[in-house]
Amino acid sequence: MEIILNIIYLIASIFFIFGIKKLSSPKTARKGNLYASIGMLLAIVATLVDKQVLTYEYIIIGFVIGSAIGALMAIKVPMTGMPQMVGLLNGFGGGASALVATSEFYKVLNNPALTFELSTIISVILSILIGGVTFTGSLIAFGKLQGLVSGKVIKYPGQNAINVILFLLIIAGGTMVVLDNSQETVLLIVLLISLVLGVLLVLPIGGADMPVAISLLNSYSGLAASMTGFVLKNNMLIIAGALVGASGIILTLIMCRGMNRSLMNVLLGGWESAGSGGAAPAAGGEIKGDVKSVDAEEAAMIFDAAQNVIIVPGYGMAVAQAQHAVRDLMNILESKGINVRFAIHPVAGRMPGHMNVLLAEAQVPYDKLFALEDINDDFSNTDVVFVVGANDVVNPAARNDPNSPIYGMPILNVDYAKTVIVNKRSLNVGYAGISNELFFYPNTLMYFGDAKEAINKLVNEIKEL
Amino acid sequence: MEGFELLMLIYVFVLAIFVGFELITKVPPTLHTPLMSGSNAISGITIVGAILSAGMEEFTISTILGLVAIIFATINVVGGFLVTDRMLKMFKKK
Repeated sequence: MEIILNIIYLIASIFFIFGIKKLSSPKTARKGNLYASIGMLLAIVATLVDKQVLTYEYIIIGFVIGSAIGALMAIKVPMTGMPQMVGLLNGFGGGASALVATSEFYKVLNNPALTFELSTIISVILSILIGGVTFTGSLIAFGKLQGLVSGKVIKYPGQNAINVILFLLIIAGGTMVVLDNSQETVLLIVLLISLVLGVLLVLPIGGADMPVAISLLNSYSGLAASMTGFVLKNNMLIIAGALVGASGIILTLIMCRGMNRSLMNVLLGGWESAGSGGAAPAAGGEIKGDVKSVDAEEAAMIFDAAQNVIIVPGYGMAVAQAQHAVRDLMNILESKGINVRFAIHPVAGRMPGHMNVLLAEAQVPYDKLFALEDINDDFSNTDVVFVVGANDVVNPAARNDPNSPIYGMPILNVDYAKTVIVNKRSLNVGYAGISNELFFYPNTLMYFGDAKEAINKLVNEIKEL
Repeated sequence: MEGFELLMLIYVFVLAIFVGFELITKVPPTLHTPLMSGSNAISGITIVGAILSAGMEEFTISTILGLVAIIFATINVVGGFLVTDRMLKMFKKK
């Protein structure tokens, strides 16, 4: 029986691997997700008939409650709320791993016939640490994205010292439990400190750095599952967890590279000047020049005369829920024979791929969306670039100004285009807290207003031409 | 024998990480959000451990922890796979 169970676990692992493999193309991705869910179903059913499972009432209660909440969340969440949703799911995964590890600890504690092997008790501690940090860290990330917790960079004196002390306490407590497996109170303290650490680690991270935080927590939730696999000596958990862990790490590195910052820099609370967030007016008068603004009618005429248009969306598009309006703009321009493409910066939005999902929701075909490296050379041959709610990712200071905090960050070279039209509500600074010299360039025109309203107005004007 | 058994688990872990790196680097940026939510659902595999904890004969603190773990993991699995499918359904080529 044991051998059959393990063969099914092996098959489930293969389904997970094939599932992720199929995500390499949007054409097969849906099938991949189906494969992964079949693997999960196999694993669950096989476990349910395992001889260790003797009562089913709590399992069924758990399934019913969990499925209801999970399904409700999955159906109700708007596409703009996807970063919060993923953040929350990370947390539940990590929390579950920490709970399973704690449960294993009590199983051994309450049964004199059982003892821990050294590697198992170490895995229990690691599972509790990583799972606990993932749980509360993800809740804070959710709170920040949902606007329940301040999205600003939060700093306080002794921040790093406190984190280091807490981490050392976890190591000390963990060592005590490893040496004496009956130290129940110490284990609970380790769990508690891990939960506190999760809060303190994510709290300082600013809103626009959330793509990094969410990716990293994604990785942690996988590692926590792997550690639980070490506790249960289950290869399938180790494999599945490792796949997710690798995925999260890769996304984290892509996000960091997209901002030209080290992971440490992001985790410790971001750019020095970032504290003011997006609400403060442009600091200082270091940029000289005039800002030219256009109204809907003038902008419509500029679009009408163009042959090539590239649209650059940013977080502002998500906030204004303007993805459908952007789609309408694309449609009307294409009906006039104008070539329209989209340029997506890796860190646009609040999670990896955020813009792509929003535009997919608005039925923009995915082959019109281009990554930075695939489109950056085309801006110089482009008549009109339309920037919607993006700021730092199009700031030429990243190229020109060695003193700028974002210097060296890869940006979309929108300023190379003949005309740049920037839709924004005001001239306020972006997340990095620096003003954007692009707005003062001679080929830049500002089109002020809420993205959704402004673009709808623009579409109507183009229709009337 | 304990050391050998642990080593085999570490083998599997290390090789799986390499497989993960190979697979994930081939996922295009446009699918990064579904990749996160989908892989997230996979990390709900810890539900296997939760079932073993909640299904023990006697009712102990382990059972309660197992029950909560099942609820958490099921939210992760069901919510993760469903929302990923909802997103992937929308990705269309012209």
